[in-house]
Amino acid sequence: MNNSRRKFLIWLGAGLNAIAGVLLSIPIIGYLGGALRGMQKEQAWIPLGGLDVFPVGQTRLATYVNPFRRPWDGETANTACWVRRIAENQFQVFAINCAHLGCPVRWFPESGLFMCPCHGGVYYADGARASGPPPRGLYEYEYKLDGGQLLVRGGRLPTLAQGV
Amino acid sequence: MAERRVTPSRAQSIALWIDERLHLSKLFESTAGHHVPASSASWFYVFGSGTLLCFVIQIVTGICLALTYAPTADQAWTSLIVLNYQQYLGWFLRAVHNWGSNFMVAIMTLHMIQVFLFGAFKYPRELTWVSGCVLFLCTLGMAFTGQVLRFDQDAYWGLGIGMAILARTPVLGAVLTQLVLGGPIIAGETLSRFFTLHVFVIPGLIIALVSLHLRLVLTLGINEYPEPGKPVDPKTYRDEYEKLIEQTGEPFVPNAIGKDLVFSGLVILGILACAAYFGPAGPNGPPDPTLIQTNPRPDFYFLPLFSAFALMPPYLETVLILVAPVVGIIILFLVPFLSRSGEKSPRRRPFAVVSVILIMLTLTVLAWLGTYSPWSPVMEAWSGAATPVELIRGRTPLELQGALVLQSKQCRNCHSLGGTGGMRGPALDAVATRLTRDQLIRQVLQGGGNMPAYGRNLDPSEVTALVAFMSTLRPDYEPKAHDAARK
Repeated sequence: MNNSRRKFLIWLGAGLNAIAGVLLSIPIIGYLGGALRGMQKEQAWIPLGGLDVFPVGQTRLATYVNPFRRPWDGETANTACWVRRIAENQFQVFAINCAHLGCPVRWFPESGLFMCPCHGGVYYADGARASGPPPRGLYEYEYKLDGGQLLVRGGRLPTLAQGV
Repeated sequence: MAERRVTPSRAQSIALWIDERLHLSKLFESTAGHHVPASSASWFYVFGSGTLLCFVIQIVTGICLALTYAPTADQAWTSLIVLNYQQYLGWFLRAVHNWGSNFMVAIMTLHMIQVFLFGAFKYPRELTWVSGCVLFLCTLGMAFTGQVLRFDQDAYWGLGIGMAILARTPVLGAVLTQLVLGGPIIAGETLSRFFTLHVFVIPGLIIALVSLHLRLVLTLGINEYPEPGKPVDPKTYRDEYEKLIEQTGEPFVPNAIGKDLVFSGLVILGILACAAYFGPAGPNGPPDPTLIQTNPRPDFYFLPLFSAFALMPPYLETVLILVAPVVGIIILFLVPFLSRSGEKSPRRRPFAVVSVILIMLTLTVLAWLGTYSPWSPVMEAWSGAATPVELIRGRTPLELQGALVLQSKQCRNCHSLGGTGGMRGPALDAVATRLTRDQLIRQVLQGGGNMPAYGRNLDPSEVTALVAFMSTLRPDYEPKAHDAARK
């Protein structure tokens, strides 16, 4: 009699704790997974400035502040990209992140190459892979011209899984 | 057990009163005073306690640093500068914390090698080894997250490299990166995450695992100094070990702890000396990703990995980056199950000794290569490296023009002359002994063999000048390359 009462209490206790545990973990997992909410939406049109700062036939560094930022992001929200103006209305905008492991590539106008300081990836002026370990060319932004301004669509850290 | 003596003195009775309530003497007998084989009081057995000591130093200095450090992306770098230059002795505590971590990784590696070579992972200490392996991974986790908290350019781009690796995970790449970053870019929430890992999660895990690790050492006893020709037989080992303790056992404290104490003292002095002499690590430039004049390098524990990323064949890269570490860790965990019994002594285990030498040699060479990364272009060589005088003395105007082209087209970033410049491509000092004029033109225009094609970036006059200069690059005593297909 006593024994069955104890068993009942153990089962009751275990069951109660299981239910409570589940109820506790749902919000915790939800909270941690919160970073994934709106993942697909994290892209926006970002102005890079007037067209006159990008001379035709040249590649220039442009910077913008990431629109998906927290107030305490500080300078980490700054982002840089390489803008290549091919013709009057024709551009190519590259992420500075090397397609190999994400280090910032530098542009050398004399030889028309982007070079990466980490593992020696090299790209041509049009972003195509020239040599070294990168598995593909530079990540490229979608762009549009609006009211004498160059806008790019971005907001993410570009990786092999996901572009800018 | 407090035995009542006839008339204990006042002090004795106070001590007995306390012991009766706290059971300290019993606790001592079963922990610090436990019996160890006399043979284990060896200089080879000091690395475990040394590692633990480093961990304690890390906790103490870490707590101190957390009093000033601001774990937010916009202020972390500034607070490090304050620690270095304004906070009284802040620079020294940062240096001790940094050197404490270097010593911890180094001594832990020695501990692991010693345990492996002395067969201490064999029956019945399999799980002691496994818990130690998890501790090793946790320590590397602390090293990486700590490097991130030093929130400078290296930290920022180190995170970028980490994320680029993570993103290569099939299917889940994008989700995993987003979860680790806490958002779409490396920013505020990323630092908060790594702070939480470095300060709460991983240290908590380490404390729990160290307790388990020590508990196992106490329960199973410390490994006796291995003797060749005395293999482990799981059927008889426990009895033999008990007999050994009965015959030669000594309490760890006070009899066997001497060498650990000496080593611990030397470790602390070593950390303090290094901290005082070398000072704190960084921070280098602020973590602003628009400052692209940067040359990211990881701390030394990750240099072998950094080098491997540059040197492995690209077609194998994703597989090696993602699979090799997992396989390596699994093998590490399986060691005691693959070799549960048999000889313990390294004198009878040549394969074990050779594996350790090979692994350490590989890691050392990779780390050494990582310190000067010959695969990276030297970004300033084209404008900063001098052209050796003997290579331009007595040259024609066309050849001199070629020497200028070679500089201004950044060839020097990858090719050295007179020992300065990049090492990505071959040195050009004697290129005319290897390539004919035609071959030089082809190589420059079309590239190949990991060299970009320059056809679009050189006009014909530049190519003519460049090749004319390169055709002069050979020592007088070596003949020019010639095309065997022509007369």
